[in-house]
Amino acid sequence: MTEKEPLVRIRNLNIIGITDETEVPIINGVDLDLHRGEVIGLIGESGAGKSTLGLAAMGFTRDGCHIRGGEVTFDGIDLVDAGPEIRRELLGKRIAYVAQSAAASFNPAHRIIRQHSEAPMVHSVMPRQQSEEDAIDLYNRLRLPNPEEIGFRYPHQVSGGQLQRAMTAMAMSCRPDLIIFDEPTTALDVTTQIEVLAAIRDIVSQFNTAAIYITHDLAVVAQMADRIKVLFRGDEVEEAATGTMMKSPKEEYTKSLWAVRSFQRKQKPLAKKGEVPVISLQSVTAAYATTPVLREVSFDIHRGRTVAVVGESGSGKSTAARCITGLLPPLSGQVLNNGNPLPASFRQRNREQLRQIQMIYQMADTALNPRMKISEIIGRPVEFYLGLTGNEKKKRVFQLLEQIELDPAQYYNRLPTELSGGQKQRIGIARALAAEPEFIICDEVTSALDQLVAEGILKLLAKLQDQMDLAYMFITHDLSTVRAIADEVVVMKDGEVVESGAKNKMFKPPHHPYTDLLLSSVPEMDENWLDELLDQRGVENIGDAAVSKMAGN
Amino acid sequence: MAGIGLIIIKRLGLGLLTMLMVSILIFGAVNLLPGDFAQAILGQGATPEAVQAIRRDLGLDQPLVERYFTWLFGVLQGDFGNSFAELNFSSYGGTTASANFGSVADKLAPRFNNTMFLAGVTALFAVPVSILIGVLAALYRNSIFDRVANITTLTSISSPEFFLAYILILILAVLNPILPSLSNIYDGMDFADRLERSMLPALTLTLVVTAHMMRMTRAAIINLLASPFIEMARLKGLSPFRVILFHALPNALAPIINVVALNLAFLITGVVVVEVVFVYPGIGQLFVDSVKIRDIPVVQACCLLFAAAYILLNLTADIMAILSNPRLRHPK
Repeated sequence: MTEKEPLVRIRNLNIIGITDETEVPIINGVDLDLHRGEVIGLIGESGAGKSTLGLAAMGFTRDGCHIRGGEVTFDGIDLVDAGPEIRRELLGKRIAYVAQSAAASFNPAHRIIRQHSEAPMVHSVMPRQQSEEDAIDLYNRLRLPNPEEIGFRYPHQVSGGQLQRAMTAMAMSCRPDLIIFDEPTTALDVTTQIEVLAAIRDIVSQFNTAAIYITHDLAVVAQMADRIKVLFRGDEVEEAATGTMMKSPKEEYTKSLWAVRSFQRKQKPLAKKGEVPVISLQSVTAAYATTPVLREVSFDIHRGRTVAVVGESGSGKSTAARCITGLLPPLSGQVLNNGNPLPASFRQRNREQLRQIQMIYQMADTALNPRMKISEIIGRPVEFYLGLTGNEKKKRVFQLLEQIELDPAQYYNRLPTELSGGQKQRIGIARALAAEPEFIICDEVTSALDQLVAEGILKLLAKLQDQMDLAYMFITHDLSTVRAIADEVVVMKDGEVVESGAKNKMFKPPHHPYTDLLLSSVPEMDENWLDELLDQRGVENIGDAAVSKMAGN
Repeated sequence: MAGIGLIIIKRLGLGLLTMLMVSILIFGAVNLLPGDFAQAILGQGATPEAVQAIRRDLGLDQPLVERYFTWLFGVLQGDFGNSFAELNFSSYGGTTASANFGSVADKLAPRFNNTMFLAGVTALFAVPVSILIGVLAALYRNSIFDRVANITTLTSISSPEFFLAYILILILAVLNPILPSLSNIYDGMDFADRLERSMLPALTLTLVVTAHMMRMTRAAIINLLASPFIEMARLKGLSPFRVILFHALPNALAPIINVVALNLAFLITGVVVVEVVFVYPGIGQLFVDSVKIRDIPVVQACCLLFAAAYILLNLTADIMAILSNPRLRHPK
């Protein structure tokens, strides 16, 4: 593949964003070369400018972004100065895009195959009939179930992983020279992620398509890309072939990204026999209206321990938390707090019972009232549960802010909108601590955060646990987080506990087959991981297929 | 699709219940009006005996609740009662007012047809035009076209209807005598004549209702333009017009349908002023005249008709909004 001229050539690209009349630099002079048939991975934290750069390679900028300087050429065509007609002629036909959330990026009003055949029709590549036949062929190659029929459904009738593959097929509809994959698996469960990754990699190599693969997940990009480019706040940090980059990153920043995955806390010994658990679920069965969600779920959480509850979306992890908090009264079974049964509904619990159980949410953005100052957000539970007012209340809020490592004087009077994502999550933690509980439910608290920030939150939670002997229920689908912080693990599937035990045991075979599937589906920092896994399991035995096969057994 | 049938039946049931409540409200309100028919019609010669006699003949001396139920059962059997105004009071000394003289239904039917004709003509013209202008305004948002469309429609909706009507008469009937300024249509007129005479009121009403529908279409579409699926459509290299027509509009239908329904209801129930200006014999004029002379049965029937129009149109809008949503049409 040593051609004279690269397919995509970006030189000294500068892009700025304009919000409220102020200019914010997004990309500061980045270069990029991509040859035919080559896959380059763009990696970085949120705000690094990876999506903006990926879209710029299509000659496209989102509203509010402007190309300030530099050049972008695609196959010799200047995309910066090209008029909209020239760009439209290329988009969809020679350059295609696969978005992060297929569920949001398919038009809900049209059938999938209609949307598939739209670009070929508009660009006069082939008539609708032929394009639909081609779509079915592509669905086949991407190993979608019922390829003959699936395209004739509406997007809401198809699962997330399947939609993501259908979107990859749609990107292929005109056999483009270049596809931009913008975090295509970020919204998916690990088991589903694998089949999408395998499908994307297959189809890209079958048609020798060049691709830009954007992600924040190092292990994923290692499977997909020939070369990796690391971005940080609009600047290129470094670029190298995947193997080199994985083994010997040069820059400090890259090394810090790599190092995040090594954070691991020492596991505490299991609680002694006979010790009364802080929270104990006893054959809890629950349902939303008539849909059963939890079946006979039992597990204990002891003082000072972290119990990670893992499973895919829909496995009932969050529902179990809702039963503990009393938001969803269980149909049968009960929840004990220090051996005393709690009333099923939070409405019947007294203030003391409510105080013992606090929550930290996934989206700190939506969990904090944007019109309340930090002092009010943290001050309210202080007043409500502990009855402190006036100066005492202020003193306590100051203490709490110090505990979460934010300067009280600086943050006391701020609004949530003036904080970063990680700082907001810290405020969420302080709010939970304000009640001085024994037990905190952490519901996917790090999954919306970048890895470095997430690591900071995990370390903070660990420190607080040691100081106050807190018990955590840690809901997550991310097994590297589990590895980092958990003492015990509960694996859930379809509303039932599949396996539970101490972390060190859970990460060692033999496992329950489902735990095994989950564990082996987590991408590893090894560029051959996916190949080896596929060799081991076979292409027919990954993702949804594997899950349903197991259900059959 | 079975679900939709059930929803329709439920909504119809609720609609009937609403009608019942409305009938109580109407009856109560109309009978609370000051003054009474007997006094109004007798004018100067209203001796207490004569008033008493007429009241007795019309049943106005009965208790309110009893009168309500008599009226309600009549309505349920399709009998809206007799118009007071049509009764023969030449011998108001106290003889029986002859029945079957002018039933409310007879009086209402031609007027109702006229109103529906005017509303229909206006809707056929105004709805497509407003949606088209709305789509174009969304497509060329913040352009000269968008601004002119917005300012024009806002001006027309903010001006009093009679003012718009006189301006149109001035331009289209006086300065350029293209259309007749009077719309006195009658039975047996042929369709073309009818259409020609209804043209000016229809145009006036179009100016009144366009702004709502156009602005809602524009807003609903623009609201969607930040959606990932619109970005996807753009990244497929589709033309802006195709993006809006095929990708934004189908997802913006529900709010548009609702505003269209509200405006159609307005066309049936709220066009009195325009009817008066153009002397158009519609239901609005009849309503106002009947209030003036305290012709209670006619007023009640009109109110009930208006309520039914609102309920039916909103029901239709709900059903169409459901049909426009594939999630509800094709459940998982």
